[in-house]
Amino acid sequence: MRDGFTPEQIDLGRYLFFDPILSGNNRIACSSCHDPALGFSDGKQQSVGAAGTRLQRSAPSLWNVAFFNKLLWDGSKRSLEEQMLGPLYAPQEMASSPLGLIDKLSNNAHYPALFAQAFADATVTLDRIYRALVAFESSLISLNSRYDWYAHGVHSALTDNELAGLNVFRSFVARCAECHTPPLFSNQQIAVIGVPETAGKPLDPGAQAATGDASQRGGFRVPSLRNAVLTAPYMHAGNFSTLRETVAFYTGGRGHAVPQGEDLKLHWHIWEPQLSDKELDRLVDFLGALTDQAFMPEIPARLPSGLSPGRALRSEQDPDGKYSYLATEDPRRLHNDNTHEAQP
Amino acid sequence: MKNLLLLTHLSTLVSFLKPSVACLRTALPLLGPLLGTLLMAPNMTVAAVHQVHPGDSIQAAVKAAVAGDEIVVYPGTYKETVYIDKDDITLRGVIVEGEWPNLEGSKQLNDAILYSGNGFSVEWFKITNYKGNAIMGQAGNNFSIRNNWIIDTGVYGIFPEFGENGLIENNVLSGIEDAAIYVGMCDHVDVRNNRVFDNVAGIEIENTRHALVEGNIAHNNTGGILVFITPGLPIKTSYDAIIRRNTIINNNTPNFAIPGSLVSTIPAGTGMIVLAGDDVVIEDNIISGNNTAGIIVTSQDFATEVAGDPESDPNPDRVQIRDNVMYDNGNDPVMDVKALMLTQFSTRGPDILAYKAAADAERGSCVSQKTAYRTYGLDDWQDCERVTVRAADAVASATAPPSTSRAVLSKMLAEPATPRVITVDANGAELVYQGICAGCHTRNVRMIGPPVLAIQAQYGTDAQALADYIAAPTKKRPDFPSMPPQDHLSEAMRLEVARYMLSLSR
Repeated sequence: MRDGFTPEQIDLGRYLFFDPILSGNNRIACSSCHDPALGFSDGKQQSVGAAGTRLQRSAPSLWNVAFFNKLLWDGSKRSLEEQMLGPLYAPQEMASSPLGLIDKLSNNAHYPALFAQAFADATVTLDRIYRALVAFESSLISLNSRYDWYAHGVHSALTDNELAGLNVFRSFVARCAECHTPPLFSNQQIAVIGVPETAGKPLDPGAQAATGDASQRGGFRVPSLRNAVLTAPYMHAGNFSTLRETVAFYTGGRGHAVPQGEDLKLHWHIWEPQLSDKELDRLVDFLGALTDQAFMPEIPARLPSGLSPGRALRSEQDPDGKYSYLATEDPRRLHNDNTHEAQP
Repeated sequence: MKNLLLLTHLSTLVSFLKPSVACLRTALPLLGPLLGTLLMAPNMTVAAVHQVHPGDSIQAAVKAAVAGDEIVVYPGTYKETVYIDKDDITLRGVIVEGEWPNLEGSKQLNDAILYSGNGFSVEWFKITNYKGNAIMGQAGNNFSIRNNWIIDTGVYGIFPEFGENGLIENNVLSGIEDAAIYVGMCDHVDVRNNRVFDNVAGIEIENTRHALVEGNIAHNNTGGILVFITPGLPIKTSYDAIIRRNTIINNNTPNFAIPGSLVSTIPAGTGMIVLAGDDVVIEDNIISGNNTAGIIVTSQDFATEVAGDPESDPNPDRVQIRDNVMYDNGNDPVMDVKALMLTQFSTRGPDILAYKAAADAERGSCVSQKTAYRTYGLDDWQDCERVTVRAADAVASATAPPSTSRAVLSKMLAEPATPRVITVDANGAELVYQGICAGCHTRNVRMIGPPVLAIQAQYGTDAQALADYIAAPTKKRPDFPSMPPQDHLSEAMRLEVARYMLSLSR
């Protein structure tokens, strides 16, 4: 668990997180791919970088990221500080540079004062930028869903359908809880499950590329399921646009989507559970009980840079389809803000 | 962060209430006339007995039960999945002249019993024809699973997972397509006097620490008793297991596991297999009639269809094989083992096989009376000191020589494990603090609520007073909004989180 940050550091991190000044061409911010309205994801199959480049994978949610000891889909990064160097500086992502960052922030009219509040003085350093961003990311805690109320003993917090879904979720037929283990709904391990790629794309080697271990080919970090109703589309390739399609993948037959010629070491929990349509519906019901956005941060109305906060583009903002918004449905419509329904 | 991975999530009974409940129950027969007074006393908890007869729902009784209650189920057929997300519930079957209460899954239902509560006991049930498990625990500590009769309940029979301190005793299990008794990612578990047969795996100890497997009969499975480290799980180790005084015979059933499962790679005819487990003592067992090998000790490369895990050690270290009676093993070994044995000019499988890295001297493994057995790969194993056991040692195991496991009577804890509340840290308080409190309170800065430092100044070390306030807040500071009550948290959790808040130092 990452903690020990001051409110001033969290707040500085919030401004930095939403500020496109962090990208080389001032066009995208962290929040462009991790939009709070979309569960800190972006609704796209694959994220798009500052120069319009389609990236390799879907943007993972940042809810509860402070609890994770493996980051990125391939699990290759061990800390948020280590992880953020990728998107900040990769030419196809935010395309910033260390010197450029310090230069822009130091010469900004407002940031040095914010750094002075958050740290000992107004000096802008890379470590302070990283620490502030980690502080903000670590404030994105979601552990108070209706499921948690049930787990704390308020057994009325779940509907009968959700409770039936919980029992499918943890049964040894569906086996979801074996990897999506409460309370994070992830066991933080690498699992090879044989998810299909977007049509036409070659198999993503996943963890194999990071570790060099051929037996981990096609392996990815088990994602948390908290706030999952908000983070469509799903899987590393973003190829499932609904939770219903996603849960149905697991009953489609062991290895049914593995390309011919690939010999993946599929996880032993990937089997043929033959879940009924009703059971799949109940699973989706249960996943809906994992929503809690009580600690949703406020999006800054104005940024120190004067730029507009980075947001995930939706189709009407992208008429040329350059950023083609591929989810069939705006996931925001799925966002039912009834988190506190069960509370007195 | 390791603890974070341990799941749990439980409504909790205040643990310090438990002794008083126990005392009350013990005292009840003596109290006589006082009993009525006690039952009427407000806020007084007395264990109730809920009776379930054919036609009733066991789950309905669970819903009505509170911590400390017993649910007594009479003979008949019950077609349901029973889930227990409460602490200290006992499910007890009543057998009348050979008629058992029968949980029947009809190959339609997934699991018979799912529990996450601490202090759960289940005994005297016949459980048949489920698809997943007969009895599956997720995170409940201090469990007791005894005297159940389980036939073909799918993948596993008895499967406690993430539990600390448990007893699995006197159960009979058959027809399971993976492990009949599967102890997964647990600590301090005894598996005693069970009979397991006609399963793929009889008893499997996996990624579990401190286990005693004693006095069981494992026969006619594919493999009798297994100690595994499975890679890719959040618990990375499996060590300190004693496999003792078991009868492991004729485990020659063709492997009928689901393809892709770990046990699907176990060769038929395996008495015991230690795969990557460390500090395993195999002592005083009778192992015979297993057609491939009596005992196989191997590294993880025995199971080639599993993705690797750089965080788990693939090799079995410090295995001790002592004073086992072994004969008539290896009569019809699988091809791979036959090929190994041909290098020693034998067509029979061995009593003991150390495979690949398990054979290396650096593993630190030992075997007593090595020359008494037919072996493969034991050339570099040390000799375990051999101790003659006399009658006095057998009666008073505590006096047994320390170089054997005989002085160890149990791997369970002397005191019950702390009931597992929601975790992340040991008692879950941090998670509740971060998940709920920290939304309004920081350590030293005013947010929606006053800073923790101000709360510490007000309450000092009086966690109970703060816990009481959390349950029913009243408006205290005119310049702050009033706090919503947190009475959905259990009393124990309110106290824990109050303690956590008052001790927060950075």
